[in-house]
Amino acid sequence: MSVQPEERLACALARLILDPAAPPARHIAVGAASPIPAAACWLVKKQGHAVRLSLLHKRSGNPFTEGSRELFDLTGQGRIDLFFLGGGQIDGQANLNLVGTGEWPGTGVRFPGSFGSAFMYFMTPRTILFREEHSPRVLVEKVDMISAPGVSPPGVFRRGTAQALVTGRCVFTFDAARARFTLASLMPGETEASVRAATGFDFDVAPGLAAAPEPSEAELAILRGAVCDEMAETYPEFCARVWGRAQAA
Amino acid sequence: MDPISLEAMAASVPDGALIALPPDNSLPSVALAKALVRRGARGLRLLGVPVSGFATDVLIGAGCVVEVQTSAVSLGEAGFAPRFSAALKAGTITVRDATCPAIHTMLQAAEKGVPFMPLRGVIGSDILAHRPDWRVIQNPFSDAPDEILLLPALSPHIAVFHAVMADAEGNVWVGRRRECATVAHASKRALVTVERVVAGNFLEDERLAPGTISGTYVEAVAIAERGAQPVALLDEYGVDAAYVANYARMAKTDAGFAEWCAEHVFGDLQAAAE
Repeated sequence: MSVQPEERLACALARLILDPAAPPARHIAVGAASPIPAAACWLVKKQGHAVRLSLLHKRSGNPFTEGSRELFDLTGQGRIDLFFLGGGQIDGQANLNLVGTGEWPGTGVRFPGSFGSAFMYFMTPRTILFREEHSPRVLVEKVDMISAPGVSPPGVFRRGTAQALVTGRCVFTFDAARARFTLASLMPGETEASVRAATGFDFDVAPGLAAAPEPSEAELAILRGAVCDEMAETYPEFCARVWGRAQAA
Repeated sequence: MDPISLEAMAASVPDGALIALPPDNSLPSVALAKALVRRGARGLRLLGVPVSGFATDVLIGAGCVVEVQTSAVSLGEAGFAPRFSAALKAGTITVRDATCPAIHTMLQAAEKGVPFMPLRGVIGSDILAHRPDWRVIQNPFSDAPDEILLLPALSPHIAVFHAVMADAEGNVWVGRRRECATVAHASKRALVTVERVVAGNFLEDERLAPGTISGTYVEAVAIAERGAQPVALLDEYGVDAAYVANYARMAKTDAGFAEWCAEHVFGDLQAAAE
């Protein structure tokens, strides 16, 4: 079986989770409809790293016993170290738009809504932004409306912001002090020029820009075995599509 | 407490009520939503706790709703909520966007009987720019500049959800889905559909009591077997993904939604508890 794009993205996310330069990720929460970030987290855990995973949409064994507010209470206290967010639009200052395009509240295309982003983005020490679609309609110069801002002025309490943005084409890192992305690595078939052509915002380029490392045999074995086992209940369609895992009746 | 019929419960919901509904992962009463469509409810204002799903989309499609306050509306794996999107575009509903912990916090303030509660984050979001009812103040306990959001208490007229079971005392059991307790505490009335009514008193059972909402908060219970379907109910039954996907497909158009309603809302009256 050749390396699947989803596997490559999960490995790229896992390397960011384990980045020694970032604050430690002892407790990671993963939101709804996020199979690739969930796979990355399971990969990290199954590699033997001591990390607690709270998967919001896990039906059996859901980690929260105080209702859906508990995630936000934990995060408010600083007990969640890492969260994943995406957006219908993401701009060059890492502002996220989950509301829609056009005029408020989405007179062009209406997206589902902001969910907890307007809180989680501030209160989590680091956020990994993930959006598979990498196109000028998603990665825009300026979002039409802001669900959650990428940076905040002094006097506004904020623990962290985007660590990186991972797409189907590349990995960008984010520098909060300059509110600017840097192209850090490329997925197969991509070049700096192809990424520029697909990106609505300007960005810097890392001096050592290179291809994202291919998943190792060991990583692939864990993803296709232990990680798939963990994910089959919550993400049956994903496991069937990517790994050919038969769905339970 | 004797259960009432589902249709009697729907009849007790006045037009114009502010109704709190949990989303698809936390015990919505799809059965009561369908009964509200059958009774022709109008002018409802819905609160997603803290987001909205299938039941909200059906109520909007049926013309029961004038306003939705929520942090997101989605059919999960089946994608965007088609009737919500269509009504927003047509201007037939007012949408008041929030963010999940803000909705929890507004309900918690009501639960405590205080006029407001603070919440971190949100400052700089356009959500705040569109919420004149939300305020930002300087943290009165800090000497350093520290802005913080204040949210008003929110007390819905009616909390609606689907519990696994009720007991003879009118207590209802929701397992770990404690947001149903918060919304029951915060709301003036709680209308609860259940799979079954059992003998005894959950509050006298140490293992059931933590997942129980006291009958103090529960105005009425109605039996609606499989009342959360097509969404899942704890470990009782799973999501019927094919049903939701079929809805998402049909509800893309007004005519398709009307056809879906004729079959699945008005056509399955035998499924309603009578």
